[in-house]
Amino acid sequence: MCSDRPLDDSKTGYAHRHLLGIEGLQREEIATLLDLADDYARQDPRAHRPNTLLSGHTVINLFFENSTRTRTSFELAAKRLGAQVINMSVAWSSIKKGETLIDTAMTLTAMRPDVLVVRHPDSGAVKLLSEKVDCAVINGGDGSHEHPTQALLDALTIRQRKGTLQGLTVAICGDILHSRVARSNIHLLNIMGAQVRVIAPPTLMPSKIERLGVTAFHDMNQGLQDVDIVMMLRLQTERMQGSYVPSVREYFRFYGLDREKLSNAKPDALIMHPGPMNRGVEIDTEVADDIDRSVIRQQVEMGVAVRMACLDILTRGQAWEG
Amino acid sequence: MSVKTPDRTAYINARLIDPESGLDAPGGLLTEGEEILDVGAGLFADGAPEGVTVIDCTGAALAPGVVDLRTQLREPGEEHKETIASAGRAAVAGGITSLVALPNTDPIVDDVAGVEFVARRAREEKLAKVYTYASITRGLEGQEITEIGLLSEYGARGFTDGLQPLANANVMRRALSYSSAFDTVILQMPQEPSLSGGVMNSGEIAMRLGLSGISPLAEVIMLERDLRLVEMTGGRYHASLISTAASVEVIRRARQRGLTVTCDTAPHYFTLNESEVGDYRTFARTMPPLRSEEDRQAIAEAVADGTIDAICSDHSPHDQDSKRLPFALAEPGIVGLETLLPLSLALVHKGLLSLSSLVARLATSPAAILKGQSGLAKGRPADFVVFDPDRPRMITPERFRSKSKNSPFEDYAVQGQVLFTVVDGRCVYASEDRT
Repeated sequence: MCSDRPLDDSKTGYAHRHLLGIEGLQREEIATLLDLADDYARQDPRAHRPNTLLSGHTVINLFFENSTRTRTSFELAAKRLGAQVINMSVAWSSIKKGETLIDTAMTLTAMRPDVLVVRHPDSGAVKLLSEKVDCAVINGGDGSHEHPTQALLDALTIRQRKGTLQGLTVAICGDILHSRVARSNIHLLNIMGAQVRVIAPPTLMPSKIERLGVTAFHDMNQGLQDVDIVMMLRLQTERMQGSYVPSVREYFRFYGLDREKLSNAKPDALIMHPGPMNRGVEIDTEVADDIDRSVIRQQVEMGVAVRMACLDILTRGQAWEG
Repeated sequence: MSVKTPDRTAYINARLIDPESGLDAPGGLLTEGEEILDVGAGLFADGAPEGVTVIDCTGAALAPGVVDLRTQLREPGEEHKETIASAGRAAVAGGITSLVALPNTDPIVDDVAGVEFVARRAREEKLAKVYTYASITRGLEGQEITEIGLLSEYGARGFTDGLQPLANANVMRRALSYSSAFDTVILQMPQEPSLSGGVMNSGEIAMRLGLSGISPLAEVIMLERDLRLVEMTGGRYHASLISTAASVEVIRRARQRGLTVTCDTAPHYFTLNESEVGDYRTFARTMPPLRSEEDRQAIAEAVADGTIDAICSDHSPHDQDSKRLPFALAEPGIVGLETLLPLSLALVHKGLLSLSSLVARLATSPAAILKGQSGLAKGRPADFVVFDPDRPRMITPERFRSKSKNSPFEDYAVQGQVLFTVVDGRCVYASEDRT
């Protein structure tokens, strides 16, 4: 048995009790998380060395919204660190029937978990829950607000391929309006010194988005001009019902990533997507599967490493400030 | 057999304020039973007459009681949030002598029985005078108009669909047209429903928080539409809870065109802005939402210059379970009965308007909108408030008499303290802190 903690235990470089969002984090804190995740990413999970770092710890995955990828990724991360994992999927209908989020929080606190990973369809819900529990909380995605671990794994993927985030130009394309992935990425990339562009039809572009320090484009060819990274977002099919976009066909024609539009980007530009992909809606299969350019599979792999780093950091038990 | 003389009470050394008569001078007021027997500048300057109860109001203002145009009572149906009794206690503590309830109770006040129920409960409580509006449409469904004539006869003080704006232009047109025969008022919170599906003001804060926004356009578009219908029908229309600079402009232009239209706002729209939402503070979730700083300033100026006729409490009591929720799921609204007067007095302390003008917005104009009387005159019902307009204090929601405490004004510093509230000659509230 061994306790593999890649970083020095005495200082974590992360001064918060929870991970609720990227906004408000310091550059050094993000770097700490990425460095630790980098170390975890280099460990071979198939070496089958039992890791006892979180032995005796309990992680509860509390998902109020369907998710396979994120939940599995957190579960795997926790188990690789030796933690016990409980998965709770709370049907939204039962919440509507009366048990409030606070009731759920109280119930879970009584079970004394060490970490709660929470996904919720409403912005701010994870923060509300974090105020009512006495354990670390990780935001696994709240409404249209933030999805911090997705931004961290995206950053790690970019850093591994490009060496740095500083000075890169990143274009985030698609449904910016409803995307928590976009918001977390915008915050993180800005903090780490990248230039961020957002590309969306006007109906899917939030007002005042430029206040976040981004440049907005409605024309994808212009927006992709000379970028280093093309970050695509998933388009929820229900957006077709709300008059946000007239049809899948039209969306793909103007905002779907294909060879032609990609040719505006730098020749070595990377293609990213948080998944699951709607092939033929926001991304062409040919581009998605381009082994030289697409890092979509690597993003999934980095997801586990990043979540291991987050669980590690948040369970170090130092005096919290945040 | 001797006839019992009604009790007489003399209020002496007060600063009398009555916008209706233009009175703003030191003086006194004498009540006999339910009425004002005498009132005037200099009255009782040489001391009170023999055989009457004397209340010395030195340092305090005496003005017509506040008339609140917009209160949610929650009785019947949600008595865990508020009752007619608890709202009555809260109202008189806030210097309110008359209030009108929205019809959005359970059951909805859309028939005569509902109007009578509220009237009966108010009579039993004998605190503030409690009236009710009836809904414009049956079941608040926005389709069929209610019995406007009969409901008016039974005491409905006006008609509104409350929190649900009447979206169907044709139904609104008919309501305005039909109601004009009964000289009653149609009140509408102008928000175009298809544009107001969000949860806070649209803009940078909503974008950062990932909350869906409500554009100020939702208000002004509906207001413009309604005013066209008013022009067409000649109905009496009152716009509730004006919250944007654009709406103020529209009201001004409508009046220049000669249109008779009245409107109100609530203190939170000239006191707070959207930044109050901060980090998902559900106590700052209101409908319409708290707007931009430019809008807040425009609303304050419009209250000052009289474009906005009245200030109402928009009292929206909610229990903890309705607010301790993710922002988008929390019920909108704040309690307002006990903060209406002190928050409004801030406009006077900032030098935006005179105390007399403020009393006009809080009492005289709302009473006129309801076709009622409010004023310090002989023979009138003795409904008035005695308050110290300068006394500093902190707002403490735990001490509210309202059953619900959902207020973003916790520990908010204000100047103004109600000392006595008198309804029909009876002192229904006396502050414990009168020195």
